[in-house]
Amino acid sequence: MEAGAAAAIDPDQTAGGYNAATMKYKDYYAVMGVDRAASPEEIKAAYRKLARKYHPDVSKEPDAEEKFKEVAEAYETLKDPQKRAAYDQLGRHRPGQDFRPPPGWEKQFGDGTFSFEDLDLGDLFSAFGGRAHGASARMPGQDYEVTAHISLEEAYRGTEVTLDLAVPDYDERGFPHRVQRSFKARIPRGATEGQRLRLAGKGGKGLNGGRDGDLYLNIALRPHPLFRVSGHDLFLDLPLAPWEAVLGTTVEVPTLGGSVQLKVPSGTRAGQQLRLAGRGLPKPHSGEGDLFAIVQITVPSATGERERALYRELAGISTFNPRGHFGEEAVK
Amino acid sequence: MSIEQGRWLHERYELSLSELCELSGLSEPELRVLVDFGAIAPNDPDAGQWIFSAERLVVARKASRLRRDFDLDPQGLALAVALLERVRDLEEQLRDLRARIPGGS
Repeated sequence: MEAGAAAAIDPDQTAGGYNAATMKYKDYYAVMGVDRAASPEEIKAAYRKLARKYHPDVSKEPDAEEKFKEVAEAYETLKDPQKRAAYDQLGRHRPGQDFRPPPGWEKQFGDGTFSFEDLDLGDLFSAFGGRAHGASARMPGQDYEVTAHISLEEAYRGTEVTLDLAVPDYDERGFPHRVQRSFKARIPRGATEGQRLRLAGKGGKGLNGGRDGDLYLNIALRPHPLFRVSGHDLFLDLPLAPWEAVLGTTVEVPTLGGSVQLKVPSGTRAGQQLRLAGRGLPKPHSGEGDLFAIVQITVPSATGERERALYRELAGISTFNPRGHFGEEAVK
Repeated sequence: MSIEQGRWLHERYELSLSELCELSGLSEPELRVLVDFGAIAPNDPDAGQWIFSAERLVVARKASRLRRDFDLDPQGLALAVALLERVRDLEEQLRDLRARIPGGS
């Protein structure tokens, strides 16, 4: 709820015994793409179609999670005849418009004691469900999943992220309101793409002795200009000049822990992987992944006359035929 | 501001059947069907008391969301979860292969 909303309290309404601050309107019918007169079957069919499209566990749409939240919230209210009737009584407003439930609404549909301040329309209707099942029922707090985008360097060293969450909390009567929670979470060494960290009890508050929800932090690694990641292993392209590959050499190779010297054996071929054991990402408990340097033979784009002469001399004396197997295969 | 410490969902962090149920929101019978259909595997299926690697919690939570949001019966849920896990495995293999391609991304 916006900070200015509390100023919209109408003295006439507060005299009636409740705090009629405004809420933001959400058009649940528009979200579901159905007519206001839609039958329960039509609403269910629309929900199934939208869930298939936007459910974050099955969807590849970029904003699936946000979209699905809206759809699930709308369906939660419209599928329940009591909640739908209560919602319809709120009247029609523009989405996002500040509005006030009509006088007597909360007495008709609730017990008339709660405040609309800091209240989200979705929370209001989900509380309806809670009370329908008995106010004393133990309800676990909601779990949250948040994705933390971190760099490879941060995954290597471990890092901290600041999380800002608007989570529902409950007052002493069990009515929800949103509270802004901000805290820092430590991402210890051991992170890699898709790894999850569980922060126990950091989700929504439990109700009537139910356990507090958890917060799950999903790790997403930002692309790195040099290293590619698979699990805790890293892959690095290692360009070599033709003579380095033929004669062998020692090259300086970057790693997340600083540069190291890598011995390239003579006769190294393109595509070969040279393994630097333990130079990958650290694993959660012990050990590290490896770093693989993938050899690429690169050729200078411009060569001087002297170099060309040397190549010609080499071509003249070399018996090497890189396509020898073509002939052998053709004879078969 | 205090700094919260979490735990990696990782094979060295283990959960009992009841812990996995509590944290995922699945009932024990629902979880047993998922195990029977091979969608979620305990560390030792023949053990008297099943123990799960905490990574399985990610799958169990996914199953719990799918059951709630798609209103699936236990067998349909087990099939959907097993197929989604197959997709995840293939995506992981794809990521691994891409990482091995020179100049890849």
